[in-house]
Amino acid sequence: MRCVSTDDLNIEVNGEILVLDRSGAAWWPGQETLVFADIHFEKGSSYAMRGALLPPYDTRTTLRRMGDVVARRRPKRIVALGDSFHDRQAADRLDAEERAALSALGRAADWVWITGNHDPAPPAWLGGTVVDEIKLGRLVFRHEPGAMFQPGEIAGHLHPVTTVTRRGRSLRRRCFVSDGRRMVLPAFGAYAGGLDLWETAIRALFDGDFAAFMLGTSRVYAVSGAAVLQTLRRTAAS
Amino acid sequence: MNALPQAFSDWFASRGWAPRPHQLALVEHAARGESVLLIAPTGGGKTLAGFLPTLIDLAKLPSRRPRALHTLYISPLKALAVDVARNLDTPVEEMRLPVRIETRTGDTPASRRQRQKTLPPDILLTTPEQLALLVASRESARLFESLKTVVLDELHAMHNSKRGDLLALGLARLRTLAPEHRTVGLSATVADPKPLLDYMGGGALVRGLAGAAPQISILASDTYVPWAGHIARYAMADVLEAIKRAKTSLVFVNTRANAERTFQELWRLNEGNLPIALHHGSLAPAQRRKVESAMTKGALRAVVCTSTLDLGIDWGAVDNVICIGAPKGAARLVQRIGRANHRLDEPSQALLVPSNRFEVLECEAARDAVMAGELDGDRLRIGGLDVLAQHVLGTACAKPFDADRLFAEVTSASPYAHLTRDDFDKVVDFVATGGYALKRYDRYARLRRTEDGKWRVAHPRVAQQYRMNVGVIVEDPMIDIRLQAKGRPTGVGGRVLGQMEEYFVEQLAHGDTFVFAGDVLRFEGMHEDAAYVSRTHDPEAGVPSYNGGKFPLSTFLAKRVREMVSRPESWAVLPDPVNEWLRIQEFRSYIPQPGQLLVETFPRGSKNYLVCYPFEGRLAHQTLGMLLTRRLERLRMRPLGFSANEYALAVWALRDMSGLDMGKLFDQDMLGDDLDAWLGESNLYKRTFRNCAIIAGLIERRFPGREKTGRQVTFSSDLIYDVLREHEPDHILLRATYEDAATGLLDIARLSEMLARVKARIVTKRLDRVSPLAVPALLEIAKEMVAGEAHEDILRETEESLIADAMRVD
Repeated sequence: MRCVSTDDLNIEVNGEILVLDRSGAAWWPGQETLVFADIHFEKGSSYAMRGALLPPYDTRTTLRRMGDVVARRRPKRIVALGDSFHDRQAADRLDAEERAALSALGRAADWVWITGNHDPAPPAWLGGTVVDEIKLGRLVFRHEPGAMFQPGEIAGHLHPVTTVTRRGRSLRRRCFVSDGRRMVLPAFGAYAGGLDLWETAIRALFDGDFAAFMLGTSRVYAVSGAAVLQTLRRTAAS
Repeated sequence: MNALPQAFSDWFASRGWAPRPHQLALVEHAARGESVLLIAPTGGGKTLAGFLPTLIDLAKLPSRRPRALHTLYISPLKALAVDVARNLDTPVEEMRLPVRIETRTGDTPASRRQRQKTLPPDILLTTPEQLALLVASRESARLFESLKTVVLDELHAMHNSKRGDLLALGLARLRTLAPEHRTVGLSATVADPKPLLDYMGGGALVRGLAGAAPQISILASDTYVPWAGHIARYAMADVLEAIKRAKTSLVFVNTRANAERTFQELWRLNEGNLPIALHHGSLAPAQRRKVESAMTKGALRAVVCTSTLDLGIDWGAVDNVICIGAPKGAARLVQRIGRANHRLDEPSQALLVPSNRFEVLECEAARDAVMAGELDGDRLRIGGLDVLAQHVLGTACAKPFDADRLFAEVTSASPYAHLTRDDFDKVVDFVATGGYALKRYDRYARLRRTEDGKWRVAHPRVAQQYRMNVGVIVEDPMIDIRLQAKGRPTGVGGRVLGQMEEYFVEQLAHGDTFVFAGDVLRFEGMHEDAAYVSRTHDPEAGVPSYNGGKFPLSTFLAKRVREMVSRPESWAVLPDPVNEWLRIQEFRSYIPQPGQLLVETFPRGSKNYLVCYPFEGRLAHQTLGMLLTRRLERLRMRPLGFSANEYALAVWALRDMSGLDMGKLFDQDMLGDDLDAWLGESNLYKRTFRNCAIIAGLIERRFPGREKTGRQVTFSSDLIYDVLREHEPDHILLRATYEDAATGLLDIARLSEMLARVKARIVTKRLDRVSPLAVPALLEIAKEMVAGEAHEDILRETEESLIADAMRVD
């Protein structure tokens, strides 16, 4: 079969069904809520200040990818899981075009900005609610996954990536990580780097088996963690 | 003889030597202030010839004089610079010349390097990287104003490479700082000296006497020649015999993995315990020094080595050179043969050991070429824009520069002779602010304009960054290989066996076997930043660490091999199995004539094959394979994979491809959109981008301890690549990457020439089964799966196997 599958990958976290979007965002149909982690706007210019003149287009790429998924999912609410701006001055460095695009996205839904370690408070002009964490249904959204286990935790901060190797080829991509009780989202920002799954920071979160769900071009794939596969449910894309 | 001062004539006489004509010629040219290119085989007293005029000049000076640099010597190898310095000591001491000689390499203590800038020796021996640092220092103008002579050693090995670009720019700087100096180029025999003369900035040509013709034999078996592979295990007993017959042998192989394997095989047979050592680039430096010094002492009977010993220190005792595998090029073969017996009047002995049938042809063709005195002419590279960016920054570090003047200076260097002013300005803009169309980094600029319009560095930190980043050699990120303790899980403890390139480790799957440090190892998995392995008794390593050679077959040699195949009357010299192989090919299929491209199609098993024979080297064939499978996918042929060697490309598909219009399939237009689409996802291309980005100074090179592993850099350069390609596909750095890949890892340049050459000259053979010529390509170990949706396939398969595992009820 060579046909491109656009099946959504659904997983259950603490009893709530979440759709893992190929963009790296999580879509919660039950609450019409879209979740982004670690957007890191203006990471490029932050490096430029320190002398590495990286292409100044990361914010544009990130905004375009956000715009795509927002147009597809049409959320009522958007939760940004923190580190949305790479540093405190990042919002000031956006140019007019980028500000306009971001403002338009800001008006597309009700935003909940969770504060992260990079950006204690997003700029006031963006609107939305700013909180440390928020509980919705059986899920709790925060930036940094807590050391103490709390069922239903949806977090970012760790930028998980993993590598699969097959037929002499290997592929290293961002991934979602979950054991069915909590979930860590991949970083969304174009310049956000990654932390390999084998890093203890990620392993330490899950005591037993956990699954990695890797971002593909057309969908997300379950690539490791057999024990939680029973939580997987496939639904055909509409 | 009258060209030499008395003291020098006496010195030659005291050693029982007579000065050679080319040594005297160099003295005469120097007296007239002329630059010279000396082309002479090894063993001709070439280095001494290069220094004689300098020594004569310095001998005239009073011994008490202000310290000033007279002669700068540049070698591609720091070991060679050190060795030459040692050799110069002899005449200097014996004639009691008032001459101060010093070396300067990465190993020289920082305090001495600092002192050398203000209190230089008369003769400084160094490398291209150190020259770059010197011309970028604030002391450069004063240091070089006294310079009289630049000696470029092993110029043939330096000029046509990225390092050659760096050196050319440094030399252009020297022409500005010391306009009166002359240049002496020293080179082995080359097909065409003109590019070398251009590179030096012109001069007279002096040729040394040709040495005795080498005696080259080819080890050929009339009973068995392997169909494929690169190890030549069948011949190891004969190789050991050849080592026994000689005093000291150098055994050259083309890759590090082959060096490991050959070393292992020789020792398996080495019952007499002949001292045979191993030398290659990823052995620890201390280990390499040990082998070199044992060699110098004459304590070894043989060294198995890679191109690390193609150049370098003269070992007088070597009387036999054995080349295992394909010679790849006639010039490379001459260079290697020249490592034996550095005396002109005695013929060098060499034994070529082909490891498969095609290599028999290649060895014959190379021997013919060497005996006829014909050598490969390399395609001249165009100076890299990434190297230029590094140089522009370095120039600003020394002192603010004027763009017009620097442009004139840069274009006086032959690799940059055709650089346009527009591209130059773009490079300066890149160095200053990143060169992006979206001008956002002006306030973070690394270069700023002074009031008189010159460019200066914006901050001392910039000069520091430059010094950390100088040079064009980018090491691959390395990963520790740890031996897993028995009965313990992966990731616990484990002795470090050494390091391997990250990209190699990344392609290993659990259970794969490979050779490393003389052992066959089994890959158990990655944990933290190490690869865990166990020892295995499996004699066959499944994964070669390099597929075939790193150097592609030269265009020149490929042409000779093609011609040899096309003329049945020339097959008589070939061993019986090879001769028979070609005759059956002639009977069953077709023998392609020069200029033609043979394309065969046949079914085999459940698959359909298409095999073509461009003879353009593995790199070009791999690129062709990627592009062809894209097309075949579009033509709904359902391609499954391909494999390439130096001579042929095999593609297999579910559908029968024999009905296709081959002229259309092989049309040059594949180098348009198909290539562009493929470049977007090619890992090789992204690696090229990473190297260019490091050389150009966009991202920093890694130093041990400064970053945890190489994985993060690889990752972030990929992110930069994706974003830059999306927003600014014509950016100067992407152009640098393309030009690099086109002549490097992807060999697009050669592929393009081939496609043009065979246009309307494709011969198609529809066969009912595999042809003799196709067998080696089908047996290649390294196979590629189709590029198209390959990434999604990997993910889909991983998921399917995961689900299958989970659903199993046993």
